[in-house]
Amino acid sequence: MFKKFIGNSRAKSPWIMHFDCGSCNGCDIEVLACLTPLYDVERFGVVNVGNPKHADVLLVTGTVNHRNAKVLRNIYDQMPDPKGVIAIGACGLSGGVFRECYNVLGGVDKVIPVDVYVPGCPAKPEAIIDGVVTALAKFEGLKG
Amino acid sequence: MKTLILIILGIVIAPVLGGLIAGLDRRLTARLQSRFGPPLLQPFYDVAKLFGKEKVVSNFWQVFCAWIYLIAAALSVGLLFAGSDLLLIFFVQAIGAVFLVMGGLSTPSPYSQVGSQRELIQVLTYEPLLILVFASIFMVTGSFRVDEIMAYEQPLLVQLPLMFIVLGYALTIKLRKSPFDFSTSHHGHQEIVKGILTEFSGPYLGIIEIGHWYETIFILGICALFWHTSLVGCVLLIASTYFAELIIDNTMARMTWRWMLKYVWSIGLAMSFVNLIWLYAG
Repeated sequence: MFKKFIGNSRAKSPWIMHFDCGSCNGCDIEVLACLTPLYDVERFGVVNVGNPKHADVLLVTGTVNHRNAKVLRNIYDQMPDPKGVIAIGACGLSGGVFRECYNVLGGVDKVIPVDVYVPGCPAKPEAIIDGVVTALAKFEGLKG
Repeated sequence: MKTLILIILGIVIAPVLGGLIAGLDRRLTARLQSRFGPPLLQPFYDVAKLFGKEKVVSNFWQVFCAWIYLIAAALSVGLLFAGSDLLLIFFVQAIGAVFLVMGGLSTPSPYSQVGSQRELIQVLTYEPLLILVFASIFMVTGSFRVDEIMAYEQPLLVQLPLMFIVLGYALTIKLRKSPFDFSTSHHGHQEIVKGILTEFSGPYLGIIEIGHWYETIFILGICALFWHTSLVGCVLLIASTYFAELIIDNTMARMTWRWMLKYVWSIGLAMSFVNLIWLYAG
C-alpha cells in the first residue's frame, strides 16, 4: 500500500528543473509562462526548483554544443533516480536551424537519454505542460 | 503512563497536522497570488515521492544530522504535548536546529555553506527572543512547566500582548517566511539555490521536511499557550496568526541578515522590555 502511495505521489509531485542549453530564450520564456497564474502548473504539484539534486524532471531548451554538453551531462548525473528528461523546441529536438553549425552537436538526445520531445519554435506552454504529463506516465509505469 | 500517551499522541498527530498546515499554506499563498494552487495533501505527496527517490549522500554526517534534526523536533513537540518544562523543550529544539546547520556545513558546496551560516545567524536571532518569551511566561504564571501554565486562569495574551508579537518574529523566522527566508526558502522560491538544503536530497530532504512540520507545530503550540483558557480562542489565535504570516510572506521582500539582526533584536528587545516593565508597574 505504501509503495502504491509513493507511486501515486511520483505522478503528483514532479519537481522540474529547467536548463537553458544555449536557447534563444523563446522556449525559456514559454517554460516560465507555465508557472504564471494563467497556466499555474503548481495545481498539479509542479514546482520549479533550481537544484538538480531535488529535481525529478529536467526540461532542456536549445541546441547542445561542445561546450555545454559537459554541463548538461553533469546536471543529468546529479539528479537522483527516477528521473525524466524533456527536450523542448526545435533546437532541443534536433539542433533546429543551427544543426549544421560547426560548433553544434545537435539535439539533447545526443548527450543524455530523452523521454519526451516537445516540438515548436517556440513550443507553446500548453505543449510543454502536455510534455510533462506524458513524462509522468513514465513515473506511473514505476508503480510497484 | 498518561505522560507517555501524551508524548506518543503529540509525535503522531503533529506531522499530520503540520503537513495539512503546509498544504493550506501553499493553497492560500496561491490564492493570494491569484492562482489556484496545489491540492491540500500536496506536502504529503512531495514527502512520499522524496522517500521513493534514490539515496544520494555526500557523506555520513548528512544522514546523521537529518535524523537528529527530526528526532529533536519530534521530541520537543512530544514534550510540549506532555506538559513538560519549557526550558527543557527549548534546549531539545535548539539541538535539532544546530544539527541541521552542522549537516549543511558538512559538505563543501558554497550554497550549502552560505545557507548554513545564514541559518546560524537566524538561530542566533530568534533564540534570545524565545527565551525572553518563556521568561515572561514564567513571570506571569510562576512556572516553566506547561501543565502548570495551562492551569493559569487568565489568557496570557492579556498580560503579554507585546511578547506575543515578539513570538511572531520567531515564528516568521522559523517558518522561513519573507522577509526572513534567506537561509533557505520554501514553495517554489529560490535563494542561493536552496541554501542549507541544497545538498540534502531524496529521503533525507523528506526527513527534514517532516522535521519542519514538527517545528511549525512546536511554535504554533507555544502561540496557543497565550490563549489556553478556551479552545475556540486558541484556534482563533493560531489561525489569525498564521494568516498574518501568509500576508507578511506575500507582501514583503527578502531582506539581508544584517537587517534582520538589527531590526528583530532592536524591536524585539524593546517590546520585551516595555512589556516586562508594564507587567511590574501594572
